[in-house]
Amino acid sequence: MYDVIIIGAGIVGCSAAYCLSRCQLRVLVVEQGPDVAVATSAANSGIVHAGYDPKPGTLMADLNVQGNALYPKLCKELDVPFRRCGSLVVAKAGEEDSLRCLLARGRANSVPDLAILGRDEILSREPNIAPDAETALYAPSAGIVSPWELTLALAETAAVNGVQFMFNTRVTGIQVKEDAVQAAETEHGSLFAPIIINAAGIGADHLARKAGAERYDILPRKGEYLLLDKDLDGFVRHVVFPVPTPISKGILVLPTMEGNLLIGPTAFDVWDREDLSTTREGLAAVGRGGLRLFPGLPLHKVITSFAGLRAVPADGDFVLRRSAKVKGWIDAGGIQSPGLSAAPAIGEKLVGLVAGLTELKPKVQLQRPPVRRLRELPLAERQEWIERNPLYGRIICRCEGVSEGEIVDALHRPIPASTLDGLKQRTRAGSGRCQGGFCQPRLIAIMARELGISPLAITKAGPGSEMLAGRLAKGEGE
Amino acid sequence: MKADLVIIGGGPAGMGAALEAHRLGVRDIFIIERDLFLGGILQQCIHNGFGLHLFNEELTGGEYAQRFIDQLGTAGIRVLTDTMVLEVKSGLVRAVNKDGVLEIQAGAIILAMGCRERTRGAINIPGSRPAGIYTAGAAQRLLNIEGLLPGKRAVILGSGDIGLIMARRLTLEGAKVLAVAELMPWSNGLARNIAQCLNDFDIPLLLSHTVVGIHGSKRLQGVTLARVDEKFQPLAGSELSVPCDLLLLSVGLVPENELSRKLGIAIDSVTNGPVVDQHLHTSSQGIFACGNVVHVHDLVDFVTLESRRAAAGAAAWLQNSRPRSWLAVNPGENISYVVPQRLTLPAQEDITFLLRVKKPLKNPIFSVTAGGVELIKKQRLVARPAEMAELKLPAAKVPANSEITIDCRGEEQ
Repeated sequence: MYDVIIIGAGIVGCSAAYCLSRCQLRVLVVEQGPDVAVATSAANSGIVHAGYDPKPGTLMADLNVQGNALYPKLCKELDVPFRRCGSLVVAKAGEEDSLRCLLARGRANSVPDLAILGRDEILSREPNIAPDAETALYAPSAGIVSPWELTLALAETAAVNGVQFMFNTRVTGIQVKEDAVQAAETEHGSLFAPIIINAAGIGADHLARKAGAERYDILPRKGEYLLLDKDLDGFVRHVVFPVPTPISKGILVLPTMEGNLLIGPTAFDVWDREDLSTTREGLAAVGRGGLRLFPGLPLHKVITSFAGLRAVPADGDFVLRRSAKVKGWIDAGGIQSPGLSAAPAIGEKLVGLVAGLTELKPKVQLQRPPVRRLRELPLAERQEWIERNPLYGRIICRCEGVSEGEIVDALHRPIPASTLDGLKQRTRAGSGRCQGGFCQPRLIAIMARELGISPLAITKAGPGSEMLAGRLAKGEGE
Repeated sequence: MKADLVIIGGGPAGMGAALEAHRLGVRDIFIIERDLFLGGILQQCIHNGFGLHLFNEELTGGEYAQRFIDQLGTAGIRVLTDTMVLEVKSGLVRAVNKDGVLEIQAGAIILAMGCRERTRGAINIPGSRPAGIYTAGAAQRLLNIEGLLPGKRAVILGSGDIGLIMARRLTLEGAKVLAVAELMPWSNGLARNIAQCLNDFDIPLLLSHTVVGIHGSKRLQGVTLARVDEKFQPLAGSELSVPCDLLLLSVGLVPENELSRKLGIAIDSVTNGPVVDQHLHTSSQGIFACGNVVHVHDLVDFVTLESRRAAAGAAAWLQNSRPRSWLAVNPGENISYVVPQRLTLPAQEDITFLLRVKKPLKNPIFSVTAGGVELIKKQRLVARPAEMAELKLPAAKVPANSEITIDCRGEEQ
């Protein structure tokens, strides 16, 4: 029996868990995937938008700007890297009206320090920008963050403060009695709570229907991305957008927090909610979109590509409300862009919605154990850590400089890695230019050893994605 | 710590250079190797065919490596395994291992880091991202070192040697290799590997084909192959669905030059390796390079010979021999690249050029010219991009000051 169940361990669910973990409540987060941040939260642009894009007066607009303002303090508390690099919406000849519209919206949304830049100023900020860039809307408050690093930090902090996490558990139904929430039904049995927060991403509308709550629809919209190598010498310094289209902010180019260059996303509505495949046309469109902003973009340095699904709310705004029909049911659905930007504010708002249903008694919030990133430490400190634990001196992932000690740590954290993708998200092992070619066999061996399981049981992303098919037959005498 | 010579990489290139440097009188030598054992990629090559030129024998990769490993001890060459070089700055080599961070001030450095494999991401194969996609070398490591089978029904993309060797290896372990697809209209691998790895096992080789789709959300369920046109674009309507649980990618090797780039060493955009002279001296004073880090070799025997030239270069450098001037060596007609890309003068020994042609040619004639004058001409039976060619230019014929161009003309196959 829990006080609150949160369905979905993406950025929204984990932000809610983090905020609720300041209160004396029994909270459970139930997630169908094997880990936090496996769906939309893992496959987005990692941008903390300034907030000039959403329509004024919407939740999207308010929470984007509020969330953006909360980022520096939150990331400092959680030890998650965050950089306010600023954004530029670049207009070519004839597109100036779009910029004026965004500027007006930004002002209405109280976005700080917006400015319109002329060609010279754009060039001084982005020397590699297309020669036909004429004007740009500059928003200094925009920033970049690693979405899975933030989600994990929120989740781990929640976990050390008592929030429980249940993975590989799909919610198949909602038990409602006399118009009040009773339980979430899963393949492993019923989970009882009088309050359920629906942060189920792409599937949130289906769950809301199962609960009998007010209906809304989610339209999955796929976005494809290209990720380029690191060390491109600051080829792009800001988050750079073209002028927006009716359905998306366009194909942008930005540096990631880890130092790569990211291009994307496309915007293509799909029916299949499990379809995360990239397409030839989509990737080609991403390339063209990138070249339109930066003609010299080194596309030959692509190291990987991926696709994500946005949970687009059909009615155009976040669905963040207590149900009036079903007591205890709280929807947090349709969180497409600016979902990541708004996430800290969404978490606070959800606590406010819970407060209307039950008494919230505060408690001291503990910090999660610090994350060691040895490659960032000065040599003397690195030496100390290695003396304490020699495994910090053995580099396993050569491309990203990740030691065996850090990998072992990730397998024993408050929310430990249980898949290779989870290891990659926590340590960056396997996310570099060789994409695991060098380190993957070693990671499999380390995981098997640390988790005490056969290497045949190691998965890429949960049950069904086992890495290996068998062992070689041993010869006689072995 | 100080050393005369620090060699980064303990594969055949690094070990060959260390032993030759020692033979030439260099005494204070370190080899730094990131893996647990010496041997580099040879460790996982359990097939034979190594050493045909150098030893007149058909050794396995491990046996070839052991010949060098055995000699390192007697030569007193210091070896640090399980140690990763982090950076090199002004002759200072900084590395890390279980004992901590170490720094060695080197009189000369030889880069011998080998190469890495090109990935799915780098060639933009669209589709889902399931488990079951491996580069051929990573699969080889899993199989031959860890004893683990990555899949049971395989499609291999790329008919380079690694892909061919793995086709046979997987078949011998009971997996079914359904096809080897090759983008080009000809195979990239050694002729003997096509025969011994594909033909002998009735594995179909689909030339002018590539993978256009990957299916399966958690574990690979199948791939879509398609034929390509002369511009390597997939032909609509030629798609072929192949159910499989393993896709091996053998789509190219990329010399591992992160350290070199950080040092600001000039890199050849065709080889992706450092620009070197006949002594394997890079554009950074006192830093030499040899083996796959300079250009991807087909035969380890050539790597060993090249490593001896680098060792001689480093030994001469340590004796204060300094280059006086250079001449450029240019790849001409039908030549993809030539190593060395420049010659330092005066040339005291015969020059060994290693090169690759762009297209397969019958009865090719290689011609080395400078200032309009033909220096040497060599006719061969056949030239293929997949088989590195060697040309020797006698020291006496090296021009005093005009650039050299190497061309290859013949009948297209």
